[in-house]
Parts: sequence; C-alpha cells; structure tokens
Amino acid sequence: MNAPLVAVSAISRSYSMRSGMFGRAAAVHAVDGVSLTIPRGETLGLVGESGSGKSTTGRIVLGLEPPDHGEVRFDGKPMAAPGTATWRAQRARMQMIFQDPLGALDRRLPVGTQIREPLDIHGLGTPGEREERVRELLRDVELTPAHGARYPGALSGGQRQRIVLAQALATKPDFLVCDEPVSALDVSIQAQVVNLLCDLQAQLSLTLLFISHDLRVVRQISNVVAVMYLGRIVEIGLADDLFAQPEHPYTQALVSASPAPGRRSAGRIVLAGDPPNPAARPNGCAFHPRCPRAIARCAQEVPVLSAVGGNRQVACHLVTGAATRDAA
Amino acid sequence: MQPLVSIADLRVAFNGVPVLRGVDIALQKGEALGLVGESGSGKSVTWLAALGLLPRQAKVAGSVLLDGRQILGAPAAELDQVRGGRIAMIFQDPASALNPVLTIRRQLSEALALHRDLSGETVKAEARRLLDLVGIPDAARRLSAYPHEFSGGQVQRIMIAMALAGNPDLLIADEPTTALDATIQAQILELLSSIRREMGMAMVLISHDLGVVAENCDRVAVMYAGRIVEQAPSHQLFADPVHPYAQGLIGALPPLDGPRRRLTAIPGTVPDPAHMPAGCAFAPRCALAEEPCGLAAPTLVPIANERSVACVRAEASRRALLRIAAE
Ligand SMILES: Nc1ncnc2c1ncn2[C@@H]1O[C@H](COP(=O)(O)OP(=O)(O)O)[C@@H](O)[C@H]1O
Ligand SMILES: Nc1ncnc2c1ncn2[C@@H]1O[C@H](COP(=O)(O)OP(=O)(O)O)[C@@H](O)[C@H]1O
Ligand SMILES: [Mg+2]
Ligand SMILES: [Mg+2]
Repeated sequence: MNAPLVAVSAISRSYSMRSGMFGRAAAVHAVDGVSLTIPRGETLGLVGESGSGKSTTGRIVLGLEPPDHGEVRFDGKPMAAPGTATWRAQRARMQMIFQDPLGALDRRLPVGTQIREPLDIHGLGTPGEREERVRELLRDVELTPAHGARYPGALSGGQRQRIVLAQALATKPDFLVCDEPVSALDVSIQAQVVNLLCDLQAQLSLTLLFISHDLRVVRQISNVVAVMYLGRIVEIGLADDLFAQPEHPYTQALVSASPAPGRRSAGRIVLAGDPPNPAARPNGCAFHPRCPRAIARCAQEVPVLSAVGGNRQVACHLVTGAATRDAA
Repeated sequence: MQPLVSIADLRVAFNGVPVLRGVDIALQKGEALGLVGESGSGKSVTWLAALGLLPRQAKVAGSVLLDGRQILGAPAAELDQVRGGRIAMIFQDPASALNPVLTIRRQLSEALALHRDLSGETVKAEARRLLDLVGIPDAARRLSAYPHEFSGGQVQRIMIAMALAGNPDLLIADEPTTALDATIQAQILELLSSIRREMGMAMVLISHDLGVVAENCDRVAVMYAGRIVEQAPSHQLFADPVHPYAQGLIGALPPLDGPRRRLTAIPGTVPDPAHMPAGCAFAPRCALAEEPCGLAAPTLVPIANERSVACVRAEASRRALLRIAAE
C-alpha cells in the first residue's frame, strides 16, 4: 500500500476557558487523542455536532496551530516549525476552504485579482503566465473570465465559494482541508459545488480532509468517514456502509436524526439532553449520559477505538465488549 | 369545510420590486403544512405579510382570511389579538426574540396576561405548566432564570412555550431548527409534533430542508421565486415530484445509504427579483423548458386529488397520463 499523504497520530489540544467573570479557568479538551491517516488522492470525512473538535483538528492538520501532544506527518515528514522555509514549502502544498466565502474574500478587490494573489506571493510564473493561470482556474471551477472582473458582492454564494476554491487551487496543492464548505449554500447550489469538488479531486488527484456536520454531504464526497464526539473519534469506517450500518450508539442517533424524505419520524432515536459542556467532560465514555444503552462500565472506563471487523473501528464498550464475547 | 386560513393571490413588493407574485395557500384546522424552497423564495415574507409584520415600505395586496374574516390590512388592535393569540410564530434565532434582562417567568407571564386574561397565581401555575410541557427539566426553579442561562435547544423550547401561551390555533415555525445541531433538531421537531397532536393545533413548518418538512408535515408546498410551484401530500411529493424544480431539489439531496450516484444539480441560480425572466421563473434553469414556458407564467392547476402544480410541461404530461389511466 502506498504511504498516506497525511498521518495524524494521537493529537490533543486543549484551551483554557474562563466561565463568567470570576469563574475558575477550566481546560476545554477540544481534541483528545485523535489519529487519522489519509491515503493519497482520497477523501476523509469528519462529522460531528458543533464543538466536537472538527475545526480544531483541521487547523492542527494544516499546521496552523501546534498540537499539545501528538504529531502530524505530511508526505512522510513531520510538519516543520511555523515560519521556517521547510514549513513554507509544505504549506504551499496544502490549502483550506471555509464555510463563509464572503469572509475569506476581500470585498474591495475583483475576485480575479484575489485568485492571482497566491501566485504573486509565491512568485510563480511571469505576470502573463499568472493571468493565463487565473483564466484556467476560473474555467476549472466552471466560471468565465468575466466573473474574474467582478467584486465578491456581485456574485452569488455558490459563485463565491467557487472563487475561494479557485484561489485555493492556484498553487496546485496536493492537500485541501475543507471546513463546512457547502453548509451555507442552498441544496441545489450545494449539489453543484459538491459535484465540482468531486470532479476536481479526481482530475487533480487531490487529497481531502472534508469537515461537515451534514452526514449526507460527507458521505457523498468521502472514502472514509470519522465521527467525532467531544474531541474524540467514536467511530470510523467506509463511507459506503458507515451510515447504513452504524455501530456506535451516537452514530446511530445521528443517522436517525438526519431527516429523510419519504420516512416519517416514527421509530426515531431521540437523544435526551444537550451535548455536554466540553469543559466538564463526563467520566468514562463522554457519550454515556445521553446514551440510551449505557451500562455501569460506560461511566467508569473510557472506551478505546478498536477494530470490529471489516474496515470499521468503534469506541464503545457495548460494541467491542460484545465482540470479545462472541470471539470467546 | 371552511379553511382555518385561506391566502389568495398574496403579493408583496419592496421598492417596486415584486418578491411575492401571487401566493395561494389554504390551511385546514389541525393540519401541518410544510413550506420549502431556496432562500429568498418568499417563505418568510408570505407569513410576515399575512400577519402584518412587514415594514411600512412593503406594498402588500391580496387576501388573507382567518375563519373567513379578512385580516390583511385589519386595524392594529385586531391584528394584535390575532398575533400571539390565534396565530403564533417562532423563528430560527430564538435568542433575539427573548428579552435578555427579564426572567423567563416574567416573559411568559406577560404573554399569558396579554392573550389569556389570566392573573395572579393562575399565571404562575400556567407559566410553569408551559415550561413543563416543552420539556424544560426542573421547570418551577428554572422560571426565575434568564435566557442566557439556557442552551440553544432549551431557548427554542422556551420560545415554543411563549408561542403556546396564547393557545393558538396555528403555529408558524420559521426554520425553527436550522441553527441547532442534528440531535437537538430531532428533539425540537418531535416536541412540535407531539404538542400539535395534543392541542389539535395547525402548523406551518417553514424550512429549506426537504427531509425536515417531509417527516413532519401532512402536506408540502414548494416555493420558487415568490410563487408556489407544487403542492402535494408529503409522501406523494417525495415519491413522485412533478414540477421540474421539485424534482431537482430531491435529486440534489445526497443519499444516506445505498449506492452513491452523481448528484443532479440544478444549473444556474435563483433569479434576482429585480430581473425576473418573463414566463415561468424556473424556465432558465429547467431541462424541460420549451418555447411556451417563456411566454406566460404558469398557474397552479390541480393535477390529481390534493395535488396541484404550476408547470406547462408537467401539466400537459400529467393530463395525458391521467387520461390514459381513466380509459
Ligand atoms: N481558540 C479557541 N479558544 C478556546 N476554545 C476553543 C478555541 N477553538 C475551539 N475551542 C473550543 O474547542 C471545542 C471544539 O471546537 P471546534 O474544533 O471549533 O469544534 P467544531 O468545529 O466541531 O464545531 C469547542 O468547545 C470550542 O469552544
Ligand atoms: N424587509 C425587506 N426589504 C426588502 N426586501 C426584502 C425584505 N424582506 C425580504 N425581502 C426580499 O424578499 C424576498 C423573499 O425573502 P424571504 O421571504 O425572506 O425568503 P425565504 O424566507 O424564502 O428565504 C427576498 O428576495 C428578500 O431579499
Ligand atoms: Mg467547526
Ligand atoms: Mg426565511
């Protein structure tokens, strides 16, 4: 098997957060022992509700902030220290896209100029070649050179997201982190951008970390999907069957909560309570207070992510406990 | 049977630009109607206009009957009785609808005094009953808390309690779960459904999410560019959409299981209200469009029991099908 382009081993990151003016500072474990590998040319999807640590994982993988523990390796080498020449060379090979394209663009500049910016910064090509590259990038994202002359305010949400994508692709990166890139778009436009991302990934052999709270979109675009809950991966498996046969009770609840046309809500698993405060992480399995199937052990022992056959890994005493019993 | 609410040819223009271009909706007592469509299609404006909540510069025309009485352009005093009384509304961003410096008890009591003519101990008891009803644990104690002391899902529950204070016959829920996480969204939708069943209340659920609407409503109306383009019982709309836009919306939704297929995206974007194409507003994005589509805007025409569609092409093909079936 070829070496993965991105290998994340046991990264953790906590922030200190003060609750209220006189409250004591508490540690928020945003990411807690996350390991992932992304093979070259593949897409890893990261799902989970807000606050589960998806964006923090994305920032660490890109080297935008260092992990407290653990390591990220890119193309077999550890991420270099920020600011060094090696780091800049590595960074030119990775780019990111966020949910809000308007926030990522400068309202005062034509979008074509903004697509050219990374080429100017990295001094790639002659001015003429850069102009040609901008035209090519606009074509890649299915826009015309005329769009390049417009300002962000004169484009629709879907068109702006294409511009951001063109800008990210300007330096011909190998790796792209997409953080909720289509969450703000209407379904019909979302489908255009998802199709475009799939096409570009195949054409350019891109490797993708695709972050979203939307199970449908993540499945559509990913080879492998990881489900996060309060900073940890609770289940990981192939996109094709993860949501068809979820093993972890949290994944099951997420799938069940995802509305489906043609289905009535009867038989839905509705979890009680709110997601817990990340600053007051429950003992044992962080999901146990909301889990409809929790047993005594779940409140005491943190379940470890373990293989349960096929390509699936699950962190749940009920699943892995049963698996060991069956094996005995 | 006389509908609870009957909207006819509702039109709204802002600064001379029409954004609602003739909307017809009839809603029966106790019925749950879903309203879907892309952002900007006029879902919110329809109900804001019906309840007289649009800013003064909005030009509103048409008719909105509540139990047969015209409420469009009704005197302010009468509208105040309707809003929060017979018809209540909840929004996507519940926090902005609550006053941050007043306790929940105070805000619920005000709503109760205004619409139910209750006072003293009865108000207190009723406020507590409402909080209980919407599933706020430890309601008696939580009544003295302020909005910021509740989570996002709980604030939406409190908004539902406020909406129920007037014992409404109709609840308009405008994207009530869009800002919430999936598992919390499921809780709130289940709460709305169970309350609706218990109280026999009608509901209009506005959402951009087809799945949300399909699962929680009896009937669905699809809006596009200020008009309703298709109306059908939920299960029929999703099993067998007729309008090319409705078909497009369903095809654009990635499946959760089964084989993955390329999404059928609808090309282009929603037209700008200031530059509406002549004829059918969807024609420029429609794969089935032909010359007649650009001539006149199609009207909503019945195609089967409880089903109607505004599409020249679909109408023709449907009629042909129905004739074959009848023979
Ligand atoms: N810079 C930061 N400072 C303090 N807390 C943070 C910071 N970034 C993230 N967090 C906290 O870490 C947790 C995970 O956040 P995030 O990675 O943004 O989750 P997600 O992207 O899944 O919504 C949250 O509780 C969030 O409040
Ligand atoms: N107060 C307002 N002033 C001017 N235009 C408005 C106002 N409110 C809504 N609109 C316009 O009316 C159209 C319909 O809006 P809306 O009903 O909010 O859409 P939806 O709820 O379907 O997303 C949009 O084009 C919107 O920009
Ligand atoms: Mg995030
Ligand atoms: Mg709206």
